Amino acid sequence: MVFENLSARLQETFRKLRGKGKLSEKDVTDALREVRLALLEADVNFRVVKDFVAKVKERAVGQEVAASLTPGQQVVKIVHEELAALMGQKESKLAAVPNPPGVIMLVGLQGSGKTTSCAKLGAQLKKNGRRPLLVAADIYRPAAVKQLQVLGGQLDLPVFSLEGARPPEIARQAVAEALRLGRDAVLIDTAGRLHIDHELMDELKEIKSVVRPHEILLVVDAMTGQDAVNVAEGFHSDLNLTGLILTKLDSDTRGGAALSIRAVTGIPIKFAGVGEKTDQLETFHPDRMASRILGMGDVLSLIEKAETQFDLENSKKLAAKLRSAEFTLEDFLEQMKQVRQMGPLDQLMSMLPGIPQKQLKGIKIDPKELDRAEAIINSMTFKERRNPQIIDGSRKRRVASGSGTTVQDVNKLLSSFEQSRKMMKQLGDFTKGGGKGKGGNKFPFPI
Amino acid sequence: MSGGMFARLVDGLEKTRHSLVEQVRNITLRSKKLDEDFFEELEETLILADVGVEATEMLVKKLRTEIHNNRVSEPDQVMAMFKKMLTEILSNHAADAASVVNAAAVADSDFPAAWMVVGVNGVGKTTTIGKLAALHAKAGKKVLLGAGDTFRAAAIDQLDIWAQRAGCEIVKHQEGSDPAAVAFDTIQAAKARKSDLVLLDTAGRLHTKVNLMEELRKVHRVVTREAVGFRTEVLLVLDATTGQNAIEQAKIFKEAVAVSGVALTKLDGTAKGGVIIAIAGILGIPIKYIGVGERPEDLREFHYGEFIEALFA
Repeated sequence: MVFENLSARLQETFRKLRGKGKLSEKDVTDALREVRLALLEADVNFRVVKDFVAKVKERAVGQEVAASLTPGQQVVKIVHEELAALMGQKESKLAAVPNPPGVIMLVGLQGSGKTTSCAKLGAQLKKNGRRPLLVAADIYRPAAVKQLQVLGGQLDLPVFSLEGARPPEIARQAVAEALRLGRDAVLIDTAGRLHIDHELMDELKEIKSVVRPHEILLVVDAMTGQDAVNVAEGFHSDLNLTGLILTKLDSDTRGGAALSIRAVTGIPIKFAGVGEKTDQLETFHPDRMASRILGMGDVLSLIEKAETQFDLENSKKLAAKLRSAEFTLEDFLEQMKQVRQMGPLDQLMSMLPGIPQKQLKGIKIDPKELDRAEAIINSMTFKERRNPQIIDGSRKRRVASGSGTTVQDVNKLLSSFEQSRKMMKQLGDFTKGGGKGKGGNKFPFPI
Repeated sequence: MSGGMFARLVDGLEKTRHSLVEQVRNITLRSKKLDEDFFEELEETLILADVGVEATEMLVKKLRTEIHNNRVSEPDQVMAMFKKMLTEILSNHAADAASVVNAAAVADSDFPAAWMVVGVNGVGKTTTIGKLAALHAKAGKKVLLGAGDTFRAAAIDQLDIWAQRAGCEIVKHQEGSDPAAVAFDTIQAAKARKSDLVLLDTAGRLHTKVNLMEELRKVHRVVTREAVGFRTEVLLVLDATTGQNAIEQAKIFKEAVAVSGVALTKLDGTAKGGVIIAIAGILGIPIKYIGVGERPEDLREFHYGEFIEALFA
């Protein structure tokens, strides 16, 4: 993807802006140009982008740059906060239904994933102790009824179908059947249709008036382009939707459609389809989506995590040591502990922007590796930790047996320590500001 | 081509025409001079039509150069240039693939042929195959379908119904069986029965699923190895409502199974047919079919000239 590396581009934009106390209008404009392109590439609707950028600009100009952030990070932070606000802050659940059965109708364009979502939703309700009935009201697509029957069979859920009947009639009888069977949720799968197809939209309205559903969920393909807003508005104005299911989120799309729909219609996104299997339907987390659309991983959470977890006092001491090139194995150990406090390493890596998830798959960070390193350092004498060069063959053997590792392991650790010592010297910049406001690598450890 | 058919195309492209061509026309009529505001508005319009940032930048840059070189100063002259540029983009890729001089026109010399149909979930692969089968069967070709989507529930039944409608034969296995085996059997059957056209369905898969793309490669290997004497094509089905991700899909599928043509479906449902420009302009994959309606004959061979005329109608 062209803007896979938005954060890198932003960093480039801000390189020249470092060390400013306040965000000037020009800083913000420069930054927002990149943000605007990123949002457009993510298929966020053009008008939504325009409003959004204007809003961020208004908020950002003249704002004090937080001590711990670069101007670029500051803008991104505001962008992120505004995005998250637009997406809605918390998860939305299905409406509680006082008198079962609760009726849920699934509608959408062809190929958005209604039938699959219907089965997935059924599976999830069943897992939560409900007793759903699936209703095959797509009588147009060849074998759509069969598809739902097969899925229902796999999930051990009953599927209602009625040959020769029109969809409103099927829906009416399905609700009656649910009452008879003691089913407390009715999930109606409808045929895919264009929002501009009046005949078929009228059919949906008829189903709605017959069964009075508690929820009408629009199923939207997360890869939908600029048209997503028109589609959602079309369905919403005819049916008064109560929520969305966003499908195919396991693709590499940024999913800007989600943002556009939410911004224009205000309809909450309730579920997200994240795989082909029937259990791969998740509750939708708006805040995570904001990060995804920006294409920045969870860079902000990482910034926040680093700020709270990384002990400022310690890092100052460390910085001083680095300057005098006194970095020892003890500091190395200290560093490792701090990194670990921030959370599992894999998770930390996945939060780093600019690293494509594809590449991450190959990288496995073994926490045992760290345990081992800690054990090795703990088995050294204080003198050895401060002067690693005195560790000869005999000392290595002692350390290895003391830590339950091998001499090779000890050698490996010593050489990686040497490497990171060298690396840190190159990161000299870090030492001058106690890790603040440099926008470069804020982390003096080799993660 | 009958006037009625062209009218259907004009109808099907109505929304795209409205959002793309008419908007551009409006800008040219409204603008007093060709200044930055003009280009900015043009850029917005193109992006709104899903032309995509990359292709938009390319188009606008080209237009700037043309305007500069030809010393054009009146906005209303731009329309003709815009039309010419689109024609170039859509015709170029047709010309550089020597085998498809006439873009999608399927000639009699192209048969017997074996087409493998691929794409992500829900773009309309099975429906496209059904329509293709109906069209070619009607034209007197002996069509054989291969039910290679052994994953999705009832996909085989869906294709079976299409086979019945088109009055053609179908090779199918059980749900859950190996799609490469279906491909093998389909090609063998096509040889034995002397079929003119083999249409092999495959399960929808997201281009990001490495193992599923691997499976598709295997099917493709089987088809290219076994279909001796057949002209093999890999037809990628793209949904016109898809946004910029369509380009990613095309890139990755092309890399995996050497996509030789695109069928763009659901073009009637979107105002954003601009993606066609991105696909042709950036990727250079020939567009072979476009879907502008529900009926079998609404799946049309793509001819750029006709398309442009309908778009600017």
